Amino acid sequence: MDAKTLTHLERLEAESIHILREVVSEAEKPVMLYSVGKDSAVMLHLARKAFYPSPPPFPLLHVDTTWKFQAMYELRDRMAQESGMELLVYQNPEAAERGINPFDHGPLHTDMWKTEGLKQALNLYGFDAAFGGARRDEEKSRAKERIFSFRTASHGWDPKNQRPELWNLYNARKNKGESIRVFPISNWTELDIWQYIHLNDVPIVPLYFADQRPTVERDGMLLMVDDDRFPLKPGEEPVMRSIRFRTLGCYPLTGAVESEAKTLREVIQETLLTTTSERQGRAIDKDAGGAGMEKKKQEGYF
Amino acid sequence: MTDIAEPIYKTDALIAQDIDEYLKVHEHKTMLRFITCGSVDDGKSTLIGRLLYDSKMIFEDQLAALEADSKKVGTQGQEIDFALLVDGLAAEREQGITIDVAYRFFATEKRKFIVADTPGHEQYTRNMVTGASTADLAVILIDARKGVLTQTRRHSYLAHLIGIKNIVLAINKMDLVDYDQAVYDGILKDYTEFANSIGIKAFTPIPISGFKGDNITGPSANTPWYKGPALIEHLETVEVNSATDAEKPFRMPVQWVNRPNLDFRGFSGLIATGTVKPGDAVRVLPSGKTSTVTRIVTLGGDLDQAVAGQSVTLCFADEIDCSRGDVIALADSPPQTADQFEATIVWMADEEMLPGRSYWLKIGTQTVTATIQQPKYQVNVNTMEHLAAKTLELNAIGVANLSTDKQIVFEPYEANRTLGGFILIDKISNATVAAGMLHFSLRRAQNVHWQATDVSRDFHAGLKNQKPAVLWFTGLSGAGKSTIANLVEKKLARMNRHTFLLDGDNVRHGLNKDLGFTDADRVENIRRVGEVAKLMTDAGLIVITAFISPFRSERDMVRQMMQPGEFVEVHIDTPLADAEARDVKGLYKKARSGELKNFTGIDSPYEAPHDPEIHIDTTSLTAEEAADLIVARLIP
Repeated sequence: MDAKTLTHLERLEAESIHILREVVSEAEKPVMLYSVGKDSAVMLHLARKAFYPSPPPFPLLHVDTTWKFQAMYELRDRMAQESGMELLVYQNPEAAERGINPFDHGPLHTDMWKTEGLKQALNLYGFDAAFGGARRDEEKSRAKERIFSFRTASHGWDPKNQRPELWNLYNARKNKGESIRVFPISNWTELDIWQYIHLNDVPIVPLYFADQRPTVERDGMLLMVDDDRFPLKPGEEPVMRSIRFRTLGCYPLTGAVESEAKTLREVIQETLLTTTSERQGRAIDKDAGGAGMEKKKQEGYF
Repeated sequence: MTDIAEPIYKTDALIAQDIDEYLKVHEHKTMLRFITCGSVDDGKSTLIGRLLYDSKMIFEDQLAALEADSKKVGTQGQEIDFALLVDGLAAEREQGITIDVAYRFFATEKRKFIVADTPGHEQYTRNMVTGASTADLAVILIDARKGVLTQTRRHSYLAHLIGIKNIVLAINKMDLVDYDQAVYDGILKDYTEFANSIGIKAFTPIPISGFKGDNITGPSANTPWYKGPALIEHLETVEVNSATDAEKPFRMPVQWVNRPNLDFRGFSGLIATGTVKPGDAVRVLPSGKTSTVTRIVTLGGDLDQAVAGQSVTLCFADEIDCSRGDVIALADSPPQTADQFEATIVWMADEEMLPGRSYWLKIGTQTVTATIQQPKYQVNVNTMEHLAAKTLELNAIGVANLSTDKQIVFEPYEANRTLGGFILIDKISNATVAAGMLHFSLRRAQNVHWQATDVSRDFHAGLKNQKPAVLWFTGLSGAGKSTIANLVEKKLARMNRHTFLLDGDNVRHGLNKDLGFTDADRVENIRRVGEVAKLMTDAGLIVITAFISPFRSERDMVRQMMQPGEFVEVHIDTPLADAEARDVKGLYKKARSGELKNFTGIDSPYEAPHDPEIHIDTTSLTAEEAADLIVARLIP
């Protein structure tokens, strides 16, 4: 192979680093939304590369729902420390006060903790640009979203009114009240993410690897009983199964898959041989038919 | 479902047997970005859906949803409608068309592919140019039943314009013409003729059926007469841009200066072309200072070499000035700098281009102010004819000269996409309004120098014993600008001040008699008046101007031309109803009846100043009182 031809991961990495640096150069107060999943892990790793030997010149923001897996909170705190970055954790006080939870409140849980929580956090700190780890291959409406995606003062997205993005020239100029969501890993696929984690030893939450964990089966989804807040229905009994997760969110909303893949190599192997998409385990996409995510984004979901 | 063959990129055996080997192979994959262009019925979405399906990018849950959708809204009867996979947004699915640029991903054993899926409608030239700007290759789709259409010519022209060297002519729907070689040959002949006429040197024709899968992944038994590569085979082997960029001289626009502490100073950027090694002599432009690269720093350790397409951080042997916007280049082969250019411009905004207005121009990491002259011509993208044009509207493509307020480091777009491709940004709305490609710098920039004169502007002003200024009156027609301006000049003259009154109507009798009242002409009108006013302040005069000057951005442009503090904006503020009731020249009546077009306040906007130096409310002051107030503010 010609040494001058970059591999696909080298090209993707260079593009992402370029985007991270453009935002830092042009935005006034950037922040990185850190959800502790594998995509966030890669995005954080890219940020550390982009600014090395300086630490990334922006804080990490975790919009917390209080319902994430315990293992996620542990990795979050460790990574913030290792990267030398400030970690901001925001929990929507109204959701906390009303005790909003995924068991009793359905879609309101995501709406209040995540969508509203994110808006509140961005307004509170006055961030004008927020990095997010969304990928275009995840979902159809994402495929059309720009890398620099503008939000109105009320954080709405207008898919019909997006700025054209040519070459690698990004226009980061905002109107009053507008803010930008920036997606540095837009062009990565799930497999790219796994390969990059493999090649760069990027730390990820152990839940991505199979282990014996207490589970219950509900509505066709395998849920993990991560703490004693999980209300068991009459007759329900947690069963130990060897499971792992393909995506991570709030534990009561995230379906596990039965698996024996205990190492990264085995996870990649299983990912390649699987026949369902990764978002299949996520309840959030199933609202409002095929247009679920698009509708959520117009309302301000990331 | 009968026509759907099993996906063929299955490497399950290798994955299952030896995942390490599989990963090793895939680490070395390269990436090709391409764009697909076709009109609504050419089967573009179907082809992309097919590529995704064949490369196993469609999972069972998505396939189940697709089958359900196909039955509900599909256009292929009970068969799978691949197009539904790629038509993303809800509104578009209802209309049955794609309306924006969408990006798709798939991979084979040799490459990862990113497909920019862009629509074929005329009004979306903007989207195709956007998708093409990052592409290594373009697939132009033709419906075998229809042959070379206007759209085919347009798509080919745009792909060529944006500099795509690899063009694939995919003659689709061969199944519907019974795989007839004569049909294929006929289309090929027509297209070759056209391609040659617009300067496309080479292209790869392939007869395919996106729906049936012929010549997509391997040779089709239905086209024994075709000896060339299948589509995927070609996409897997064609050379990518980044490889050719590496052969060119080294250039890296500086994005960010990395300075964690006093001991480290690095310059970060994405290498546009060439290669760099420690020990290389480099030159920083536009300053021209030289130094030597000492380190290429990354988190994973220093590199021995870096090539085009990599994001790196460089350290130098010397402490030379270098910041965002500068370009680091090979010392003995640097790019040029200039401030006047000829360029191709693709207009992408609803609001038309205004020659003379200032826009932000972003090229690489440089952002400057630019003004564009009236286009030399506009290109009819269907016939390639050159048409006369005063401006450029949405989706129009033209060639024009432009000038920047500062020297920029550049190369012709043909030689370097990064240093030759630019975007224009509206200064008020912040929208990206155009994309452009620099052709060359105008000799003017190099050969016309500023002539230094011995009698300076301060000397001129001193002789007249006054401080030069521009009193810029703005307001609706009939507000009283000319009346008050005239009174102000009389009062100043009595105080022995040297003045000159530039009046809107009078200037249009001479200097600006070639201009009309369109938005573009109004901008040029104000630009010329601004330049004249500037010369007069250089001569030491107090200039009084009385123009409607309806647009904020042009008034700001004139303000920028003047020395700080010399521009005094005077808003003659009269309610529209009052001005219209007065209607001294009978113009409002004509405008209301439709006899007069583009009249400010009626069918053309007036943008009032936000914060003028002097605000005159004509409902509470007489003309005489207003003039006294203005003079008192100017000469306290």
